[in-house]
Formats: sequence, structure tokens, C-alpha cells
Amino acid sequence: MSEVTEVRAPRGSMVPSAEVRSYHGRPILQAPPWTWEVPVYFFVGGLAGMSAALAEAAERNGVDSLATAARRVAALGALATPPLLIADLGVPSRFLNMLRVVKPTSPLSVGSWILSVFAPAAVGAAGLAELGRAPRLRRLAQRVGAVFGFGMSGYTAVLVANTAIPVWHEARHELPFVFSGSAAASAGAAAMLLAPAEAHGPARRFALAGGLLELGAERVMEQRLGELAEPYHEGDAGGWARLARRFTGAGAALVALGGGRRVLLRRAGAVCLLAGSFCTRWAVYRAGFQGAADPEPLIRTQRARLAPRP
Amino acid sequence: MTGLGYPEEVARPRMAFFTDTTVCIGCKACEVACKEWNDVPESLWELTGHSYDNTGHLSADAWRHVAFVEQPAHLAGAEVLAHTAAIDAHVDALADDGFRWLMMSDVCKHCTTAACLDNCPTGALFKTEFESVVVQADVCNGCGYCVVGCPYGVISRRESDGKAWKCTMCYDRLRTGDEPACAKTCPTDSINFGTLDAMRELAHGRLEQVVGLGYAGARLYGEADGDAAGVDGTGALFLLLDEPQVYGLPPAPVAATKHLKGEWAAALAAACTVAVALAGAFSGRPR
Repeated sequence: MSEVTEVRAPRGSMVPSAEVRSYHGRPILQAPPWTWEVPVYFFVGGLAGMSAALAEAAERNGVDSLATAARRVAALGALATPPLLIADLGVPSRFLNMLRVVKPTSPLSVGSWILSVFAPAAVGAAGLAELGRAPRLRRLAQRVGAVFGFGMSGYTAVLVANTAIPVWHEARHELPFVFSGSAAASAGAAAMLLAPAEAHGPARRFALAGGLLELGAERVMEQRLGELAEPYHEGDAGGWARLARRFTGAGAALVALGGGRRVLLRRAGAVCLLAGSFCTRWAVYRAGFQGAADPEPLIRTQRARLAPRP
Repeated sequence: MTGLGYPEEVARPRMAFFTDTTVCIGCKACEVACKEWNDVPESLWELTGHSYDNTGHLSADAWRHVAFVEQPAHLAGAEVLAHTAAIDAHVDALADDGFRWLMMSDVCKHCTTAACLDNCPTGALFKTEFESVVVQADVCNGCGYCVVGCPYGVISRRESDGKAWKCTMCYDRLRTGDEPACAKTCPTDSINFGTLDAMRELAHGRLEQVVGLGYAGARLYGEADGDAAGVDGTGALFLLLDEPQVYGLPPAPVAATKHLKGEWAAALAAACTVAVALAGAFSGRPR
């Protein structure tokens, strides 16, 4: 048996070969079957989720005009998300099958339930506020929306991380920070575009913090991914990643400089932050396609995992 | 007996494939038998240019896939060819050409920890009494999350109906005591089928035999204490003559769900970070 064990150890594990031998260069993994609705959902869901949290925080701190703006963004986003999610299904008419089980092992199941609570809460809070009805119910809906809003902006990162695609899965510790930061940046930015100038302060600081978190986490992610980060520098995903860095960087700078009466400056920054946040999600989405198509980094990473066998 | 005439639900041994690639002749009868039995759509008009393989990869429309590798001597390893030539006169000619064939009929691994099943949000994917992993076509809503979950790239979405499809280990045949169509039809017994224990024994015996014959690169693929540790073992063992990636198989696949707690912990930490930033945003000037 010991002889057999010895033979079973991958040949070449002691002297790693420089060249990777794949099967005709074909991908090992399937390409994601997802379409444009998915990254748009990531962006809109994050924007809506963090706007709901911002609305609750603003109301608690007595900044009512900011709360109103954020509440409206949260509700509009919440209205847009279910159609996006349903349109991407292979059998859209079976969307409700998502709710036939509660399955903790599936981030998509958990996410569907988060959305199912978040969307009515966010829409309800804004609707009741516009109508000026049922203040207690409105407050409850707003709080529920705020809590589940954090879920909305973060679960999508777990969704892509919990896959076989190395550029996503090996970034599982950084992606939630990228997505949450990106969501905060977009929510703060949207509030700055809609709220009156004298209420911009908190939104401005929130957007700036989010933008910096997005940029920092993205950089840490690429460093930790090492060779697997290739998609973020090449091809389609590389282009989106570059665009994301430029927009978010410029947006953060403009928002940082746009304090006090420099409303135009910070509003220009807000537009940049929104664009950067969108491009970040698109870059991550496209990186998954490139990562799934290239067998070589996957083979090298997995072989390295096998190698340290005494 | 139940009303359907099926045997009572009793504890059954886990069933498994053992695909011995050393005797595969690349006839693709397994691909054909599978398509016939399971009504899998044809894919006739695609030419890949990759040897005799015009199937390319397992997918919704290919539940068995025969891989063809034409291996030059310097990649096979001169010592492998020398061994091969020494034990088999027929191979001698190939060794002189510095070339050998590798053929393998690939199939769903029916993992112990199946990422496709864990990822499925509708419960369409389930484990059968034979511990095989099956999609219920009448439940699947085509979300595609199993597709990105599978570390072997087995399952995909069918264009025509938008649902996910893959090998069922011929669940209907197993329930009536028959073996899967691919194993039944394989003319060289390259595809074996039986209880996992029996297949493991067969595989180890055959490995020893093949290694004894001088095939230095021979190895088993799919065992829980080896390459398949990341999925806690499989219901599909393979005897390979070279490294798995040469056949298009991942060297050390992992079910992502194994890291699920860490993923949610990171999400929680990120949410807390943003919550602190949000609280901090309200201290300071109103503009």
C-alpha cells in the first residue's frame, strides 16, 4: 500500500515543472451563465441598501432633508432590484421557487430572503413617509430596511466569493469590503445629488469613507490574489478596473475638497463616485469570466495546494 | 413496496463509477448511450480541432465526455514511454514515434460535499438514496448558481430551456436495479459501476497492476484522502496515466461552501466597518 501511496502523489510535486500542461488550453470551469442584469443588480442593490442605512442614521441625527433623499433612493433601488434578479433567471416565471426553501448553505437563497424583507421595508418606509401616514409603522419599516440594507450591500460579495472561480473565491476575505465600501460611496454620492446643500456634510463624509474603503480593499484584494489577479489588469475586466480606480479616485478627491460652499465640486465628485462604484462591480463581474476561462492560474494554484506533502 | 412499485426506502450503499482510462479506446459509445437514454440534445456540428474530441467539455448537453490527448514523448516522459514499450510490443511503435494516446471518459463526480447542491437556492438539486447528486428539472429556475459553484465545471445551463442539467447517474435505471447507460454500453469495461467500496477495491487493485507493469505516472483520481479532499471524496473514481490537468481535470478542487463561514464573517466585518463610518459621518459640520 505504501508503494501505491507513493505513486499516487502527483508527479512533479517535488520538482515543479515550469510549463503548465492543460487539456488543449481549454477552460476547466464553466463560464458564468449570468448577463448584464447581475452586475447592475450588485450596484443598485448596494446603493439601495446603504441608502436605507443612511436614511435611518440621518433621521436619528435630525437631518430630515438628508433622510428624505436617502429614503427615496432606497425605495427606487428596491423597486428596481427584483426585476433585475428575475430577468437573469433561465426560467424567470419560476422566480418564486427561490422562496420555497430557506437554505443557509446557499448565499443566493440567503440573499433572496434578504431582498424579500428589504424591498418591502424600504418601499414601505418611503411610501408612508411621502403619504405622511402610520408613523410608527414607517419607523419600523425604516429600521428593518436599514438593518437588511447592510445585508443587501454585502451578501452579493459572498455570492460571488462562494464559487469555484479562483479570482472570486480566493478574494473571499476582501470582496465584502470592496462591495460594502462601494455601496457606501454610491449611497453617499446619490444623497449629495438629491439632498439640499446644507445637509450634505454627513453624506459627504460617508461617501468619502466608502470610496476610500473601496479603493483600499480593491488594492489589498489584488495583492493577496497575486497571479490570480491577472483579470484585473488585462482585457475587458482590466479596462473596467482601471476605469473604476480613476472614477473613484477622482470622486474621492473632489468630494474631499468639496466641503462648505463648494457644492458644485462635491456634486461632480458624487457623479464620479457613482460611476466608480458601478465600474467596480462590472470589473469584478467580468473578472469572473476571465478567471473561469483561463485554466493555467487555476492549475498552478491547486498544484501549489497539493505540493507540501512530505 | 410503495404505490409506484419502487422498493421500500432502505439504507443503501453509496454507488459510484470507476473509469479505468488505461483501457479506454475512445469509441464514445458512452456519450451516445447517455444521450440516447437521457434524451440529451445532440451537438453534432461543432468541430474543436482538438484531436478526436468534438464534445469539448462536460455540460448540460454532454453528460459523458471522452477526452483525447495526443502526447509527445517529451511531455509523457521518456521513462514512461520506455516502460510502456518494454511491456507492450504494440506500443513499441508508438514509443519510436515519441507519442502516446491518452483517452478518458469524464463524468459528473457526484461529490460528497457537492458545491452545486449547496449553492442551489431552490432545492432543485438533491442527494439521492444512492448518494448521487441529481437536478429536478421541474424545480430548477435556471439561476445558474450551481454552474459557478461546481469546481469540476460539470453542470451548465441548457440554451433551449434555461435550466441546469447534468449526469443523474441514471437515477431512473438505478431505481430499477440497472446500471447507468454509459457503464452498460462501454465495450472495454473502462467504465465500471457498483458500490463505492467495490469500485475503490477494483481501482486500487488495477492501480497496483498497472504500476507493476511499469506505468510510472499512473494514479487514482477522486479519493477523499487525495485530490478530492476539498469535496470530501467523490462517487466517480478515475485511473489516470498522467496528471489530472492533462485530461482537463482540476488537480485539487474545493467546494467553496467549505469556506462559507469565513465568507460571511468577512461580510459581517465589512458591514461593521461601514456602520462605524456611517456613525462617524454624523459628527462634524452639517455641510
